[in-house]
Amino acid sequence: MTQTQSIQLTVNGEPVNASVPVRMNLVDFLRQELGLTGSHVGCEHGVCGACTIEVDGAPIRGCLMLAVQANGATVTTVEGLADTDRADALKAAFRDRNALQCGFCTPGMLTSALSYVESGGPADRTAIREHISGNYCRCTGYQAIVDAICDVIGKEAKS
Amino acid sequence: MTGPATIFDRPNTYIGQPTPRQDTDRLLQGRGKYVDDVQLPRMVHAAFHRSPHAHAKIVSIDVSAAKAMPGVIAIYTGKDLAETVTPYVGVLTHLAGLRSAPQHPIAVDVARWQGEPVVMVVATSRALAEDAVEVIEVEYDPLPAACDAETALDASAPVIHKDFGSNLAWERLVDVGDVEAALKAEGVTVVEREFRFGRHTGVTLEPRSAVCDYDPSENQLTMYYSGQAPHMMQVILSKHLGVPEENVRVISNDVGGSFGIKIHTYGDEVAAAAVAKLLKRPVKFTADRHESFLTDIHARDHVVTGKMGVDANGKIVAIDFDDLTGIGPFSMYPRTSAIECNQVLNLTGAPYDLENYRARGRVVFQNKNMMCQYRAVGHPIAMAICDGLIEDAARAINIDPVEMRRRNLMRDDSYPRASASGMKLDDLSHQKALDRLVEIMDYEALRADQEEARKKGIHRGIGFVSMVEVTNPSPMFYGIGGAPIASQDGATARLDAGGALHISSSVTEQGQGTNAILAQIAAGVFGVPIERVKVTTGDTATVPYGGGTWASRGAGIGGEAMLQAAHALKEQVLDVAAVMLQAEADTLDIRNGAVVDAKNGTERMPLADLARTVYYRGNELPSDLNPELIATRHYRVTDFPFVFTNGAMAAHVEVDTDTGFTKVLGFWAVEDCGRVINPMLVDEQVRGGVVQGIGGALYEECIYSEDGQMLNTTMADYMVPMAAEMPDIVVSHIETPSKTSVLGAKGAGEAGTGGAPAALLNAVNDALAPLDTSIWQMPMTPERILKVLGKV
Repeated sequence: MTQTQSIQLTVNGEPVNASVPVRMNLVDFLRQELGLTGSHVGCEHGVCGACTIEVDGAPIRGCLMLAVQANGATVTTVEGLADTDRADALKAAFRDRNALQCGFCTPGMLTSALSYVESGGPADRTAIREHISGNYCRCTGYQAIVDAICDVIGKEAKS
Repeated sequence: MTGPATIFDRPNTYIGQPTPRQDTDRLLQGRGKYVDDVQLPRMVHAAFHRSPHAHAKIVSIDVSAAKAMPGVIAIYTGKDLAETVTPYVGVLTHLAGLRSAPQHPIAVDVARWQGEPVVMVVATSRALAEDAVEVIEVEYDPLPAACDAETALDASAPVIHKDFGSNLAWERLVDVGDVEAALKAEGVTVVEREFRFGRHTGVTLEPRSAVCDYDPSENQLTMYYSGQAPHMMQVILSKHLGVPEENVRVISNDVGGSFGIKIHTYGDEVAAAAVAKLLKRPVKFTADRHESFLTDIHARDHVVTGKMGVDANGKIVAIDFDDLTGIGPFSMYPRTSAIECNQVLNLTGAPYDLENYRARGRVVFQNKNMMCQYRAVGHPIAMAICDGLIEDAARAINIDPVEMRRRNLMRDDSYPRASASGMKLDDLSHQKALDRLVEIMDYEALRADQEEARKKGIHRGIGFVSMVEVTNPSPMFYGIGGAPIASQDGATARLDAGGALHISSSVTEQGQGTNAILAQIAAGVFGVPIERVKVTTGDTATVPYGGGTWASRGAGIGGEAMLQAAHALKEQVLDVAAVMLQAEADTLDIRNGAVVDAKNGTERMPLADLARTVYYRGNELPSDLNPELIATRHYRVTDFPFVFTNGAMAAHVEVDTDTGFTKVLGFWAVEDCGRVINPMLVDEQVRGGVVQGIGGALYEECIYSEDGQMLNTTMADYMVPMAAEMPDIVVSHIETPSKTSVLGAKGAGEAGTGGAPAALLNAVNDALAPLDTSIWQMPMTPERILKVLGKV
């Protein structure tokens, strides 16, 4: 149970070398070992989406991946998104629409929304609702989140 | 209410503006600080062995193997902690006759619900603590369990607390007018239904969490608390852990959703505080999702038999119902588990002009997790009983449900007045709200669509609710009954040397935007740009004393205190400015961060100059001038027990009669929460509330086996609304300011959750009406709909 293994990965652009318990999941590693507490733990069984992060460019559940599985991977958390301008338009739209209340789902929701926008998803409310249906939000009722994503896609289409 | 009259038309007022919250950027950058993010030096982690039985005697506990596990620091049983923590009892004196038994943070001798803490392990990590929990040996002797509330009062039912002689915790009867005579009168049509409301729970995305730290050198206990009422928690920890109140500090930073769940006394959290004291080091407990489902308070769980009589004109002549609710083995401390039933009796029928009203409520102990106050306490039940029966009666006498309401709603010009149950009501607008609702939803077009759809075998339904919401509670809610829960709140406004405004308040933030509206109020009333307002809430060491945010009281009570404090500070600053500028104070104003001539707005002095003179160069001021650049004010609601709001909502659904699935096609909500401080935030409160209401009506249920095992303790099995199933929700406002305050704001946080279930119930039954069947049980799952259709 306490067996450890060395891993090397890139987290938010920085190289990380660590020895981790083999049973530790990725989000616990990020939160507890690297202090990246922006990724949240809501269910620990891959349903709520609060721990959604980017691994090698794809959104994944940080609670369903072991830290050792991230050996060699490139990981981006919400802190990493904050350090670049990739998600600036989405963050502004989330703020302007009040597409977050308590903020606990927000880092994961933002990551899911970003994957939709960056993959060229259309400003189609049904399609957006489908896309973010892996992310629970208990506060907003989702409408403002859909509005925010539509706003960003609409602005990109215009520019 | 007298006070500053010009605050709403000042040049830089923010009241009424959809100003974005200042704190969203922090949360969007992953810089939130939730309790589980707290890492303290020497911190250890707690995990619990919890009772696998609904009711069992604890025969023996063997922790020897667990103690030898790696990383284990200490292990505690209920008996161990009983030496450190005094037991607590969840009763209030104004709920006459309510009884409950002393409760310990960890079960002593007997476990009374599945999930009750039995042994606590403290280790250097949560994972190691869980490893040790797995090797604890507890021998249980299972006892007969009273799980089903409906049989818990039977003579043959096992009595959970022997001394009480039965499982009855509380009973209340309301009997107004002559219900029997009214129901028997000639020409009266009586409808009768049995309603069932399943248990559900809050499912805050951030699980309950506490980090407790103890410093013996100062006898200082600090709790990082994910919750709504820091001062309440301060008193409770002080009282039951024997630490002076002033030595208990409760800090509530970011809270990842609460909805009433995180406002109660949970054994595992109290145990974390007790063990911090014993170990003299920080202890963290964060519930995992399984623990959350088992131990976060549940809500609802009512069985109601209700009758309504209506005359030939559709006038309601009487409502008569019996409500039975199961609350678990204890009444929750300190708010009690009788409040929801009490609310059902207080609120049913409250929107309507009604003379004859009879209601019985019974609250019973059972061997399930405890039931207590969750968002919209009692409202979904009260609204569904009355408005469910109204639409049932409307069908029976063939009157349109909107017309039926028009004939019965209290007139907008009839206030102040009381409801049949005795609730004092004022400043409501049921008629206007219903008119607005019918307009924005295009009722006629929806009815035409329904007709067309029915021809194609598609079953669509439209359902309504007219509702009240309890907000801004006075001391009559808890304080009167002896609970250490403040009904007043305080706010402080302070001008700093740079001319910025620092405000603090005893109301708390769980995502509603409390901090944002406090800043809006203070900035506008005092006269600075909102960017120059810094807000502090959620720390008993720094904020004024007060109740926190619950019962939709943050804006109405905390907001009014803030308004009064900002206004008081403005007057104090102008007194200083008047001396410095050799002018009369009443010819000056503060706008955009500067003292100006009130008449023409000409700038006389930036606030920073004034503040720097006061703070640094007091020698320039007359020696008899004593400037105070800080002001604190407190506010409580007087004259009314509660400030009621009203709303009207409609749901449009399609029921698939082959699969039993209900799709929500549309939802409209008209809300009158008095003066709207931030329309965007209010709309989002309503929408989020409606979606929780839809969850309760269609999906969410804590499913128990007959022997008291909760069967769906994962997020995959307990269904909450997801984005794909939810409709867009149209929100509209009527603004009838409350006369109880200058601000005139009432609460808005719970209306959606309180009203949506009744509207959904009515919409589904409207859809089913041509099939001559109806459903009266929530959640209205596909299986239950197929059952009433006779298909399963």
